[in-house]
Amino acid sequence: MLTAEEKKEIDEAIHVVPYKQAACIEALKVVQNHRRWVSDESLKDIAAYMEMSTEELDSVATFYNLIFRKPVGRHIILVCDSISCWVMGYESLRDELTKLIGIKFGETSPDNRFTMLPNPCLGTCDCAPAMMIDNDLYRNITLNQLSDILKKYE
Amino acid sequence: MEKPLTGHIREDKRPLSLREYEKVGGYQSLKKILKGMTPQAVQALVKESNLRGRGGAGFSTGLKWSFVPLDAPKPKYLIVNADEMEPGTFKDRLLLESAPHQLIEGMIVSAYAIQADHSFVFLRWAYKVAAQAITKAIQEAYEAGYLGKNILGSGFNLEMHLHTGVGRYMCGEETALLNSLEGKRATPRAKPPFPQISGLFGKPTIVNNVETLSCIPHIINNGADWFQKLSLTNDAGTKLYGVSGKVKKPGLWELPMGVTMRELLEVHAGGMQDGLKFRGALPGGASTDFMVEEHLDVKMDYPSVAAVGSRLGTGTMIVLDDKTSVVGFVKNLIHFFSQESCGFCTPCREGLPWIEKVLHAIDQKEGRKGDVEMLEAHTKLLGPGMTFCALAPGAMEPLQSALKYFRKDFEKYIKELKELKGTVRTVTA
Repeated sequence: MLTAEEKKEIDEAIHVVPYKQAACIEALKVVQNHRRWVSDESLKDIAAYMEMSTEELDSVATFYNLIFRKPVGRHIILVCDSISCWVMGYESLRDELTKLIGIKFGETSPDNRFTMLPNPCLGTCDCAPAMMIDNDLYRNITLNQLSDILKKYE
Repeated sequence: MEKPLTGHIREDKRPLSLREYEKVGGYQSLKKILKGMTPQAVQALVKESNLRGRGGAGFSTGLKWSFVPLDAPKPKYLIVNADEMEPGTFKDRLLLESAPHQLIEGMIVSAYAIQADHSFVFLRWAYKVAAQAITKAIQEAYEAGYLGKNILGSGFNLEMHLHTGVGRYMCGEETALLNSLEGKRATPRAKPPFPQISGLFGKPTIVNNVETLSCIPHIINNGADWFQKLSLTNDAGTKLYGVSGKVKKPGLWELPMGVTMRELLEVHAGGMQDGLKFRGALPGGASTDFMVEEHLDVKMDYPSVAAVGSRLGTGTMIVLDDKTSVVGFVKNLIHFFSQESCGFCTPCREGLPWIEKVLHAIDQKEGRKGDVEMLEAHTKLLGPGMTFCALAPGAMEPLQSALKYFRKDFEKYIKELKELKGTVRTVTA
């Protein structure tokens, strides 16, 4: 069941476009914002609300990198793995995070605190290596900063 | 040196409020056109200015606009492509975060030029600071009467909305972007019809880059001649140039169009880090051909870079140094393109992962005889005309030029493998 708040936010997105289905990506975003990820159950509810088939909506949901169709942790770490960050050594950043949290790319920590994912270019290549945790961008990262950065996210 | 795009940006990069922006001449171009310029006159001025699209393709902006039928029934759409995701590219971020009103003013003027009544900012999800800045600026522009119904009493109407994406490189391709805005998978559309005739929701649509639209207010205010004279070459205007990689001072600078690669690298980026040598660079993002030492004095404008077999692209350069593996560098690029391929057409969907696997094998010193030739063949098989959109041909640009300039780096790993001849190769890229 979509909540009243979710429906209200989805309706706002529908208002901007000529027909309902055009707002389906917004609807997926709204639900993910509230529930962290889009479960099969959520997908069905959104599809019904948008008057689409579940399959059609899933074809859209699974196309985009940042609609999560699997459960994720409370905080998402996105490590840039594209060219400038590769040149500047993102791999050691990734390995240090793995050491600190105990998870690899694509995994969620057992306490559900973090999910760590590789991510294409974050558009801050002059300050590589870079990563995002939730809405926060970190650049020019050195390995010894990492444990302090992680402490901000409980 | 004039810096129309970034001159008014504060040192701490905080965006100007609408009032502050007006104090530095903001929204003058909008007032000017609404007082006495026809849409045709705006288009003609922009065409005359020789502004070329800053998203990478370098197509004449005025000419692109002129394909929109002015008398077509509304709605018509003006969209700014702010889905900056070309690896190595970080120029639009600055304009979005720190100069949102300049972009919005450019969008309103451009919408007037094609008589669009709806506009969207298609913003990359990762640009959170930009999203806040744009949201606030759009709201301020509505409150000031620069957006909405009957703008400044002129009878011209324009609505503007912010759409943040959910991550996919394909969204930067203009027809895929339109599909995404329609709530679909971001796969490219067949052209023709071009978006100028049948774009968003089947209506006439223009999609322009952030930097392109940010130039528009200045062209209207100062004229086509002024814009031409900003440049050192025949390509007009200033350009946001960037350098990333192992240089002393990576960064982003607004400079006259046509500065040389050497000036960018040695003067602005401070040269290579100590102990490293320059081997080459992708001049304008991941999907451009390598340029090497012999090209350092090439002027960084569209025709000059094209003349040496590459593309100016986004104008943000990624530097390859002599201690970084060429094969690893190209493998990283191909991994990106392979992952971001929409899978719609076969050469791209099947070819890119295969190339990645072979590069991975070579990188692991497991390359086999014939691998380099196979890679070379693929640069043709995935080249222009062989795929539905420009993603795979773009991916082939760094590969084909790496094979041209650094072939030995690829062959080196193959030779070392001779002793493994006859073993079965396992590739798990």
